[in-house]
Amino acid sequence: MKLLKLVPDNTNIRFLKLRVPFLIVSILLIIASWALVLTKGINYGVDFEGGQEVRVTFTQMAEAPIPELREKLGALGYGTPLIQRLGDENQVSIRVSLPEGAADQKEAADAIGNAVIGEINKSYDDVRADSNRTVSGKVAGEFRESAVLALGAAMLAVALYIWIRFEWQFGAGALFALFHDVSLTLGMFALFQLEFSLQIVAAILTIIGYSLNDTIVVYDRIRENLKKFRKMQLVELLDLSINETLARTVMTSLTLLVALVPLLAFGPASLFGLVAAITFGLFVGTYSSVYLASPVLIWLGVNSDSFVPQETEADKQERKAREQAKREMGGAG
Amino acid sequence: MLEFPLWKKIMLWGVALVVALAAVPSLTSNSGVKWPEFLPDPEINLGLDLAGGSHLLLEAEPEQVARQRLETLEESVRAELRNREKKRIRIGDVATNNGRLSFLVSEASDLDAARERLEPIMAGTGLTREWDLSVVDGQRMVLTPTQDGQENAVDQAMEGAIEVLRKRIDALGTREPTIIRQGDTRIVVQVPGLQDPEELKEQVGKTAQLEFKLVDATALPTDVMQGIAPPGSEIFPYAEGTLSEGNFVAVERLGGIRGDSLIDASAGVNPETQEDVVNIAFDSQGGTKFAKLSTENVGRQFAIILDDAVLSTPVFNEPILGGSAQISGSFTADSANQLAISLKSGALPVELKIIEEESVGPDLGADSVKRGLLALLIGSVAVIALMIATYGRFGVYATGALIINVLMVLGVMAIFNFTLTLPGIAGFVLTVGAAVDANVLINERIGEERKRGRRIIAAVETGYKEASRAIYDANITNFIAGVLLVSFGSGPVRGFAVVLIVGLATSVFTAVVMTRMWVAGWLRNARPSELNI
Repeated sequence: MKLLKLVPDNTNIRFLKLRVPFLIVSILLIIASWALVLTKGINYGVDFEGGQEVRVTFTQMAEAPIPELREKLGALGYGTPLIQRLGDENQVSIRVSLPEGAADQKEAADAIGNAVIGEINKSYDDVRADSNRTVSGKVAGEFRESAVLALGAAMLAVALYIWIRFEWQFGAGALFALFHDVSLTLGMFALFQLEFSLQIVAAILTIIGYSLNDTIVVYDRIRENLKKFRKMQLVELLDLSINETLARTVMTSLTLLVALVPLLAFGPASLFGLVAAITFGLFVGTYSSVYLASPVLIWLGVNSDSFVPQETEADKQERKAREQAKREMGGAG
Repeated sequence: MLEFPLWKKIMLWGVALVVALAAVPSLTSNSGVKWPEFLPDPEINLGLDLAGGSHLLLEAEPEQVARQRLETLEESVRAELRNREKKRIRIGDVATNNGRLSFLVSEASDLDAARERLEPIMAGTGLTREWDLSVVDGQRMVLTPTQDGQENAVDQAMEGAIEVLRKRIDALGTREPTIIRQGDTRIVVQVPGLQDPEELKEQVGKTAQLEFKLVDATALPTDVMQGIAPPGSEIFPYAEGTLSEGNFVAVERLGGIRGDSLIDASAGVNPETQEDVVNIAFDSQGGTKFAKLSTENVGRQFAIILDDAVLSTPVFNEPILGGSAQISGSFTADSANQLAISLKSGALPVELKIIEEESVGPDLGADSVKRGLLALLIGSVAVIALMIATYGRFGVYATGALIINVLMVLGVMAIFNFTLTLPGIAGFVLTVGAAVDANVLINERIGEERKRGRRIIAAVETGYKEASRAIYDANITNFIAGVLLVSFGSGPVRGFAVVLIVGLATSVFTAVVMTRMWVAGWLRNARPSELNI
């Protein structure tokens, strides 16, 4: 049986030839992302903003009457409600902010939620109330705080792990790549004003994990090659490492992609944001592993000696054993 | 590395089968297939977002516990110093502020005696000291709560609150509520399948602290309306819905009875007035106290106070010795019944505020499960097709590992009773897509080693060995991100992280260890002369 070959054998693409232009573009994209986050802002969901969110499905309609709904609910006098389509055409999320700092927030929230559902039921037949969620300002503030903490801690912790397992330059490279991935994902959410919820933080943490997978595989090969080809130019060696792992990089990204696309297409509406963010992160993360995490090593001055002084006893034995095996094979052949 | 003695094979298959079998009850629970009863039947919990139901996050105010504690302290201090069997010690100018109780001991010569007699109260009955006692300005005693004492009190109040909530929610007749403490002062309540959370909120939001206090007849009605209470008294409003709503009553602050010691409460109708009432029965201790209060105060008016609002102010016409009483207060049959439930389960030791709330309809959840499973199925088929097309026989091994992996994740979740949430379904899909990464790494490496001219066995061995390093590093870093994800976020997101973490652990087992066993078996039996990879 002839097997499928996505990446031909012995590719020799000189990825890093364009490392400077790519770096400049990446840095510009990072800046643009943060500029978007700061100017357009993030469209926080009820988790982070606090308030009352009601989700309804108009079971008999192909499409939810959003403008009409906005007008009707606006007339209730709780400010302009934020109405967003939720995956399916006939499913919407309606968000109303709660009066700030009211001590009896529970009653206020209930009253608002009931008024919204009541108004919808009055005006339309066959409306299904799917969920009703109230988050107090206090809890929302805590969620925000812990989200920032979790993201920061995750990036630092994994970078530290890479530093311990490799060298500080590798840790710094991985951290830079992750920062790029997280920034661009945030930028995308700011640009398209997609709802940013707890799930999206989960998605970003997942992106951090997967982007790092790619980086680790390439780094692992770089380390191996640094020990093997002591005389090779660093740029050449990085290109070799990336080419050698290219088939794996493509294949793994593809398996993840074919798993994610059906979820994106047929999956439940409320998972759309999560899956879309991870899919976006998959592309960004693969790119950053190749074009950012690796060239950082050049700029931070990794060389073939990086691993020699640090070579542990176990590494030494492994190397000797390998050399021994090589000699024996050479003798046999 | 390719040596697999029989015991090892049996062990590996054993682990895989036992864990995967644990998934079966969860998968068949809706299909009507009978799972033999003598076997344990671990089942995966469905999160509220899948099963539908209500979720509440409640928070207590520690200050409120401190206030109540201070009140109790004042009562015990007064009682102790007034104790007739010992010498009576006079005190005055009693004040409670900043969480401290302070008073003047009238005679300086009594100071040492007072200190000695209060010591057991200060020390408390537990392991840690409850209060610190100090004397300032010669004769003023100041009692300050200790940090440990205060924390213990909050702790006990929270544990007590959970017990009370459980009783109340069970009384609503819902199935398997989850009631757990979160952090120091919070409680999560989840009731699957409950559609309308109104009744639940009613039960949770009511402290149901019942008190009987004597009405202060000396208070001037005009003062009471302005909120001015005579010394030693305090003012309460009438409860909403009562006939005197909008009016206030002055009652004596100390010397009343708390309704903590009820053994029964039920809704009923007063045969004479046809009014809806709640009948209560005290335990023996409470009954004695109530008998004493009513005997000593025949002819006096007292107030029945529920959660700081007055229900009614009847008169003790005669001593009430039977240990039971009837509460009236403009109830409807419904509200009388609800109050009876709350009273029977006991008062919440601390008031709980709802700070987060979610309710999900059942249709949405069922629809989500259906769509999620469909996506998982299509995604899995696509991944499997891709793997087999690319790696042939080795892709088949990866497929076997993948299927066992999914079953094992389900099995582990069932064994540990983890909760599957909607994002958890996405976690499954991701696990399917990512778990084969280990096989991709191994297979690519084997191919490379073959190209470099290694013999088949050596290529396979080196492939597994060299790829393992990156596989472990990648899994550990993913694990770090996963653990941070568990520590962050609420139920649904945690469900996602749980699936990912379990998937990481099982995928190393299936994708690395199991496939190596299969490959080794094939190499030994078939002795292939070429690897098609």
